[in-house]
Amino acid sequence: MSDMLLGIWVIAYRELLRFVQERSRLMSSFAMPLLFLVIFGAGFTRTIGTMTPGVDFVQFIYPGIIAMTVLMNSVMSGLSVVWDREFGFLKEILVAPMGRTGIVLGKAVGSATVAVMQGGVMLLLAPLVGVKVSPLLVVQLVPILIIISMSLSGLGVLVASRMRSQQGFQLIVQLMIMPLIFLSGVFFPVNNVPGWLEAFSKANPLTYGVDAIRQLFLAGSTDVTGVTIFGHTMTVLQDVAIVACFGTILLLLAAWSFGKQE
Amino acid sequence: MNIIEVEQLSRDFGQLKAVESVSFDVPQGELFAFLGPNGAGKTTTINMLCTLLKPTGGRATVNGYDVATQRKEVRNSIGLVFQDPTLDEYLTAEQNLRFHAYAYRVPRDETEKRISELMALVELSDRRKSRVRTFSGGMKRRLEIARGLLHHPRVLFLDEPTLGLDPQTRRHIWDHILQLRQQHGLTIFLTTHYMDEAEVADRIGIIDHGHLIALDTPDRLKDGLGGDVVTLEARDNVAAAAELREKYGVEPVIKDGSISFAVSKGETFLPRLCGSFESPLISIGVHRPTLDDVFLKQTGHAIREQEADPMASARMMHRGGGH
Repeated sequence: MSDMLLGIWVIAYRELLRFVQERSRLMSSFAMPLLFLVIFGAGFTRTIGTMTPGVDFVQFIYPGIIAMTVLMNSVMSGLSVVWDREFGFLKEILVAPMGRTGIVLGKAVGSATVAVMQGGVMLLLAPLVGVKVSPLLVVQLVPILIIISMSLSGLGVLVASRMRSQQGFQLIVQLMIMPLIFLSGVFFPVNNVPGWLEAFSKANPLTYGVDAIRQLFLAGSTDVTGVTIFGHTMTVLQDVAIVACFGTILLLLAAWSFGKQE
Repeated sequence: MNIIEVEQLSRDFGQLKAVESVSFDVPQGELFAFLGPNGAGKTTTINMLCTLLKPTGGRATVNGYDVATQRKEVRNSIGLVFQDPTLDEYLTAEQNLRFHAYAYRVPRDETEKRISELMALVELSDRRKSRVRTFSGGMKRRLEIARGLLHHPRVLFLDEPTLGLDPQTRRHIWDHILQLRQQHGLTIFLTTHYMDEAEVADRIGIIDHGHLIALDTPDRLKDGLGGDVVTLEARDNVAAAAELREKYGVEPVIKDGSISFAVSKGETFLPRLCGSFESPLISIGVHRPTLDDVFLKQTGHAIREQEADPMASARMMHRGGGH
């Protein structure tokens, strides 16, 4: 087994072990998106009603909530790096004969696995709020969730590689997560907002993640899906490609930054 | 065969020279102790030897591998127990060991056997499935020793293995360390600022302010003082020291209101001194030299006086964090 594969497997193994053993984390990571869904759904559906023929607000926001859940969890996976540094376990990881890149990728794989499980729970709940899910959709969704999650955990580890306290990490992450979510089209279609807001949204890589998931859910409703750039409407594959490029850069940066610490 | 070879090893942190041109060798199978006060450069040296810190000068090899260029091979050759705990407290004891076994490529069919053996060695078999956060400080340290041995390293590094533990637990940890010494071919490299702990080592390196100032067996270090140590207190220590130097040709050191010096035969020297000494004396005593005396002689100060170092106590309170 190569060094990098070993690192990926060992670190991912521990991430998952920790995830299933910490009941509070397990609960909160499933409860949060549910809460969002119920509150936003109940709160806005009456007011906003139908967005486009056949698509009400819950159906519109549902794919966005999935993307948001994945985003929060993936970025937060960096927290365990800071946690390990504070409690010393990072030293055990750093002196082990494993490559640094493998360690970073292991974090990403671990958080992607968690993201897929969360996505699964969200999909199980979909019929309860009136969103239709087909087996084909599930199959298509899994790789997209993996790519989004791995990309964003790169962001989490990148921030974490330089932070010494959990409070500091959480502060920085909150500052990043909020604009990322609000400018990503989770809550409104980005094609039909003021120009400056549109510019920000279209520069936000998460926008394309949200759009990819939404296109799969709302196949054909192009009024609210399909981000357009310079007149070109993005397809699912193009959306995913943008997220993957962005993710590769983040993971490379994270591995570089993580490897530099002594 | 020398399992550790260190040549002119140095490490600077900006202006601060934490370790300066330290050279020594450790033969295979030795119990080697690095003795020095907090901040002397012990941990910095260990961190360089275990590839956590790059040297700024000189070179070192562990198990024949260069610590700067063959880091992976070095890491495979060593087991480590740090000053501060490095366990995942939310996992169980055996989960921590298993993580280590995977990370160090312990063969799968051997992993469970070794975990059982090592848990028995450090007397934690009954706590195998307990989460580490329920462990006491001594139990954590023992678990870390077990973990450090899991991949059959050639050298086990123990950085202040008994720091922050009560005397009874300290003794317990030492029983384990001495037991390990019986193991064939295992070299143990430990740092300590406790004189009595260094005493059991095969050889001791004394380090102070980043310099290695003495290196020998405990007996020879003590013999090097020139016999027994006489401690006396006079009404006027300065005058008494001058008289000692003049009349008896010894080298007295004044420290904490008393004078100490070494003489070859303490028992016969004392009556001679009392018969002819002119400065008024308050008390006088003679003892076999200890490593404390060696340290005092070599550095001009006692090892204990630097323990009130505020940085060290701050680190003890907040275990973890810094590197």
